[in-house]
Amino acid sequence: MIINGIYKTDVVIIGAGAVGCAIARELSKYQIQVMVVDKNEDVGGDASKSNSAIIHTGYDASPGTLESQLVVAANPMYPELVKELDVPFKQTGAILPAITQEQFEQLPAIKAKAFLNRVYDIEYLTKEQIIAMEPNINPEVKGGLHIPRESIIDPFILVQALAENANENGVDFLLNTKVTGIQTEDGKIKAVETTAGIIETGYVINAAALYCDEIAAMVGKADYKVVARRGQFYILDKNTSCKVEHIVLPIPTKITKGKLMCPTIHGNMLVGPTAEDLDNKTDKSVTTDGLESIVKDVQRLIPNVNIRDTITQYSGLRPNRNPEGLHVDVYDDLEGYVNLSGVRSTGLTLSVSMGVYVAQLLKEHGCDLVYKEDFKKTRKGIRIFHEMTAREQEEIIKENPRYGNIVCRCETITEGEILDAIHRPLGARSMDAVKRRVRAGMGRCQGGFCGPKVLEILSKELNIPVEEVNKNVAGSYMVSGKMR
Amino acid sequence: MYEMKCDVAIIGGGPAGLSAAVAARKEGAGNVLIIERDESIGGILQQCIHPGFGLSYFNQELTGPEYAGRFAKEALDLGVEVLFKSMVLEVSAQTGEIICINTECGMTRVTAKSIILAMGCRERTRANIQIPGTRPAGIYTAGSAQRLVNRQNTMVGRNVVILGSGDIGMIMARRMSLEGAKVLAVVEIMDYLAGLTRNKVQCLDDFNIPLKLSHTITRIVGDQRVEGVYVARVDETRKPVKETEEYIACDTLLLSVGLIPENELTRKADITISDITSGPEVNQYMQTSVPSVFACGNVVHVNDLVDNVTVESMLAGQYAALYAAGKLEQKQEVRTRTGTNVRYICPQRIMPCDDGQARLFFRVLAPDMDVRIEARCNGKVVASKKERRVNPGEMCSIKIPLSEVDSDIVVDVIKEA
Repeated sequence: MIINGIYKTDVVIIGAGAVGCAIARELSKYQIQVMVVDKNEDVGGDASKSNSAIIHTGYDASPGTLESQLVVAANPMYPELVKELDVPFKQTGAILPAITQEQFEQLPAIKAKAFLNRVYDIEYLTKEQIIAMEPNINPEVKGGLHIPRESIIDPFILVQALAENANENGVDFLLNTKVTGIQTEDGKIKAVETTAGIIETGYVINAAALYCDEIAAMVGKADYKVVARRGQFYILDKNTSCKVEHIVLPIPTKITKGKLMCPTIHGNMLVGPTAEDLDNKTDKSVTTDGLESIVKDVQRLIPNVNIRDTITQYSGLRPNRNPEGLHVDVYDDLEGYVNLSGVRSTGLTLSVSMGVYVAQLLKEHGCDLVYKEDFKKTRKGIRIFHEMTAREQEEIIKENPRYGNIVCRCETITEGEILDAIHRPLGARSMDAVKRRVRAGMGRCQGGFCGPKVLEILSKELNIPVEEVNKNVAGSYMVSGKMR
Repeated sequence: MYEMKCDVAIIGGGPAGLSAAVAARKEGAGNVLIIERDESIGGILQQCIHPGFGLSYFNQELTGPEYAGRFAKEALDLGVEVLFKSMVLEVSAQTGEIICINTECGMTRVTAKSIILAMGCRERTRANIQIPGTRPAGIYTAGSAQRLVNRQNTMVGRNVVILGSGDIGMIMARRMSLEGAKVLAVVEIMDYLAGLTRNKVQCLDDFNIPLKLSHTITRIVGDQRVEGVYVARVDETRKPVKETEEYIACDTLLLSVGLIPENELTRKADITISDITSGPEVNQYMQTSVPSVFACGNVVHVNDLVDNVTVESMLAGQYAALYAAGKLEQKQEVRTRTGTNVRYICPQRIMPCDDGQARLFFRVLAPDMDVRIEARCNGKVVASKKERRVNPGEMCSIKIPLSEVDSDIVVDVIKEA
């Protein structure tokens, strides 16, 4: 709410990634005012949109740590949550094949660790079982482990759904807005300064991930440094000849968890990631060396993986932390401030349990959380034309002829779906935001055909000149203007 | 479901589909229907506003819209029907059914006696060739940029580097220059031009645009919008030589790195596709592995001249009409096989016949000069001709007498002694 040009709220969440949006959605169950601030033009953060899109079980976490507790708690929340929020999700299960004798001998220790993390449904697989489950696996496989509840999800839609549902339950989102400072008074949080103005608030939750140390420094709590750990990935065409149906993970070494191959929820293959510590927080390049290392490593698991079928390569930056480990900190000398740091690969998974955890923490620190009787727990996603029955397709075109106009031919996406993406709560404002909502431009031509059309649709629907349509954040203009 | 019936249904109203439609009507097909996803016919030629089309077919230099316009007019005059703004979702080759949708009729089923695939091709992307670096705005395939500039009146950028010396890339180098943009370089990884020599002369040389052969882009720089690219020379194995890397500041990168026939429908219809061309295998009548389905134009193999597309498409239209009328006899076929310095041959199959000729289109693997092209059957030379120069970027062809074909045909391109 704005009073005299100053925003007033109870809680400010900095960062609209998976964790920020999950906390917002959790807090939207209660009778408090919540505001989410993010520098980007869309929800979905940075790391939340470029990861392996896996909902983990926590079988391999360090037992007893907060990270282990949150991941293990989060996994069983998903089957219900994805129904409530209409998020594409599939429990594919994961397979860890032991290719060498040395790896085979490691299996009991991995299983024992899973038990310590209370993942009791992990099971041994024989060589024959593995080959029956995944015919493309390296035939030298000696045996392995099966973790049935490891799952895949649409990470973009998860975050959008959490944000849309929070928004529908009263949470405000200030996008395209950078936090520039935090005001405190008498050891208490007073206000957040942003590029969009001042927000008076009693609580600040720092969920800024890659930039959480910079936010922490604003209140003198930066006793750690964020170290960006880059992960590069390949996405392969849906038609690629060599596919897997499970998440196929390597046996981890002391140095790295290694590179995996798994299906995406939309039927592509995902291969990667690398793990490279950077000396900056911005370099989301893909590199020849990085990509070559993925091929080399994954070929040990899946010898026939056909990298020539790649339709895109991308990289994401995991907000790793030095000293390492997931931390959720509150401070005796700074009332109302919650600092999240070291949320890494498991961040997507644990976002939803983190929401509950942070809500409880606020309660313990004096935030009066009274349940909202009218909390609406469900959210309907965009209706996907190509998933409808022939009859539904007929009906929806009759109702709205723009569903009869296919804009993205690779993914069969209609104009109707793109308009829904733009006009729904927290709707798409950029080319990438459209892509992450309805997949227009995510197919094999990578927007070559639909890009110019989506550009025109955005310009028309948002009533802005074409040169103001961005790929994503401010400055990423698509075209320099009309010619004449 | 809205139902339609026709003799010959053609998927795609570009130059291939239009020529096929004209030929089908002329061969006597009663109902010829073009299914077109755009709101107008002409296909990609609608955005090719430059001249250079029709030199061999019409002996006249036309622009893309003019060339397409001639066939569009002829097709419409001949009573060819067009279903506009209609996207085909599925082809059932065996039953002759096509499912498509559009805003007016909704889901539509077209039942045809024969089908011609004329969907064209798509451009290879940055990801196909795995250019390292960031992923900012300002990277376009040359054809997308051409659409934005020529059909949407939109300028894509001001300082441009073009990767790949394909024809569309060179055409866009000139087009962007004419619109006041600065084209800083055309970068080509091979040591020879990918497109037509005449395009290098008219589009690059005449505008003083540097062509960097044996060079590639090693990294894209820029967080929001392209800020520049690193360009390096490549060695004999096409690996960049690090020491030769130079930075070119630019705001736009256009890619002209090849075309891929668009055969998603073909694949789903279980029609045999060639691994080399990525298009359906056809015989000299442009008939695919499913006898009722024909294919022509860039959906079969990527052409450099639309004039050749017209020639092939006329055959497809003519024989699809004969098939629809029950007049095309099916016989045992032989195959065409690539010999020395031949990358692929289209058609891949030949149906032997007592008279007439078949024109084999093919591409060489490497450039060469003073060569002899030979087609052999059972060791016997059935056709041969001399060529001053051959180049992978320019399609070659040779005509063979069908009466002499009794087994597989091998084509060689041999250096003259």
